[in-house]
Amino acid sequence: MIDPTKGGELMKAGARAVPVTLSTRIRLARNLREFPFPGWAETSQRRAVMSACREAAESLKTFKDPISFEVDDLSELQKLVLVERHVISREMLQIEEAAGAVLSPDQSVSIMINEEDHLRMQVLRKGFDFKSVWKTAKKMDLEMEKALEYAFSSDYGFLTACPTNLGTGMRASVMMHLPGLSMEKHMDKVIRGVNELGIAVRGLFGEGTDASGNIFQISNQQTLGEGEEEILERLGRTLDEVKTQEINARESILENSSQMLFDKIGRSYGLLGNAYKITSSEAMDCLSFIRLAVDCGFLPEKCRAPIDAGFIECQPGHVQFQAGHNVDPDERDAMRAEFFRKKLSKFPSLDFDKT
Amino acid sequence: MGKAIKCHCCEKAATVHLTQIVENKVQKVDLCEECAQAKGVTNPEGFSMTDFLPTFEAGVSSDEEFVCESCGLTQQEFKKNGRFGCASCYDVFQKVLDPMLEGMHAGKRHAGRAPADFVPPVAPPAKKPEKKEPEKKEPEVREKDIAALETELIQAIEAEEYERAAEIRDQIRQLKEMAAG
Repeated sequence: MIDPTKGGELMKAGARAVPVTLSTRIRLARNLREFPFPGWAETSQRRAVMSACREAAESLKTFKDPISFEVDDLSELQKLVLVERHVISREMLQIEEAAGAVLSPDQSVSIMINEEDHLRMQVLRKGFDFKSVWKTAKKMDLEMEKALEYAFSSDYGFLTACPTNLGTGMRASVMMHLPGLSMEKHMDKVIRGVNELGIAVRGLFGEGTDASGNIFQISNQQTLGEGEEEILERLGRTLDEVKTQEINARESILENSSQMLFDKIGRSYGLLGNAYKITSSEAMDCLSFIRLAVDCGFLPEKCRAPIDAGFIECQPGHVQFQAGHNVDPDERDAMRAEFFRKKLSKFPSLDFDKT
Repeated sequence: MGKAIKCHCCEKAATVHLTQIVENKVQKVDLCEECAQAKGVTNPEGFSMTDFLPTFEAGVSSDEEFVCESCGLTQQEFKKNGRFGCASCYDVFQKVLDPMLEGMHAGKRHAGRAPADFVPPVAPPAKKPEKKEPEKKEPEVREKDIAALETELIQAIEAEEYERAAEIRDQIRQLKEMAAG
C-alpha cells in the first residue's frame, strides 16, 4: 500500500533547484485503440483497460518496485497528499471506479490510468530541464507502446478524448516563481503575451487556481501541428524570456525600491517564523519572499530545499497527513504555524548586507 | 510585436486576443485593454464570446447529424461535452472537428512522433472499390525490402536516432502504399 510520506520529487533536497524555476513536468496522453475513452466506456471496459495498462506500467524498465494502486484503495488524506504533490490530478479523485495509478518509488514518474484518457503518463523533476524529462518520458512511451496498441492516426496523431490534447498528446509545463514580475505588476502583460504564442499560464494547482506564492505554471496549449521537440524548444525559448524578465524586474526593485523589498522579506520571515496561526495561502506568500531572499543571497543556499518543500507541506492535505487524521481548518492553521516556527528556527538570520 | 490589430469595439490597438469555441466554431475577438476590462473579459466565468457577436447565429446550420457507429456518441453529445467517445469518432466527426482545430492548435495535422510499429492503413477506412492488382511488381522483393527496413527502423529507434527512424518509417509507408496500389 502506498505510503505518501515516502518520496515526493518536489520535496526532496537537490542541487537542481534553481532561482525562478521550481520544477519541470511533461505529460503524455495516450489511449488504447480497442476501447472507448474512459469517460464514455462501460465499467467492464474500464476494468479491462485498467488491468492491461496496469500490467504494462508495472513491468516498465523505467521503474524498479513501482507503487501501484486504484484510487478506491486510498484514504481521503492519501489522495489529497498525492494531488498536492502533483502526482495524481484533482480530476482523478472524482472518478468513482476503475481508475488508478502506477508510480515510481520516488514519485517522479506517474502513470494515471482511466483519467480523462486511458493513460496520462508524467515525468516530474525539480529545476528546469526539458531535455532529460523528455528523454525519460519518451523512453517510457516507447516501452508502453510495445505492450499496448495505442489509438493513433497519421493525420491527427495520438487520439485523445478531448481534441485539445490531440497530436503529440504532450503537455509540458514549468513551475515558475515570479515574485519580481508580480511586485512590478507585470504578470497580466506577461500572461497575455505568452497566450498569444499558444502558451498558457495557470496557478500552482492548474486551471482555475490562484497564484499564491507567486508561483505560476506555464505550459504549451497546442499539441497538434508541431513535433514534440519543436514544442519544447518554442516553450523553452518563451520560458527563458520570462525568466530574463523576472530577473530584470528583481534587479529594478533592488535598485529602485530596496527598502520595500527588504521590508517584505523581513516581514515574511518574521511572520512565518513566529505566527501561531497561518493559512496555506499566507504561508505560501511568506515562503515566496523567503525563497527570494535565498535567490538574492540574504539567506544561504541550503535554505532553498526546505523552503521549496514548504510550498507543498503547507497544503491542507499535508498538514492533516502529518497529524495523522482529519483536522478542521482552524486547528490546521495552528498546526501549520507550529510546523513553520520549528522549520524556520533552524534558519540563520537574514543578512541584507549581501547585496 | 507584429502587426497592430484594432480593437473590436473602439479604434485603439488591441492587446487582448480571445479565442472561444462556440457551437463548434472558433470565434476570435481582439480588444484593447480598456474595453477588455469594461466587458469583464478578465473574468472568464462570467463572460461569453456570444456577448460580442450578437450577429452570431446560435445553432449551427448543419444539414447532417453525425453519430459514431462504433461507440454511439452523437454530434449533440460531442457538442455538449467537448469530448469524443472513442478513436473512431475522429473519422466520424472529421467535418465537425477540422474547423475547430484551426483556432485550437498550431496546425491541423500531426507533426510529432508515431508509435514505432505504426503502419498507416493500407486502404483508407472507407473501403475503396477494389482496384486491379498492379501487375507484377515483384512483391516478394518488396516484402523483403519492407522487412529489412523494419529491422533498420527498430535499430534506429533503439539508438534513439529518431530523425532517421522517421525517414525509414516514411519509406516503409511509401513501399506499402505502392504495394497496395
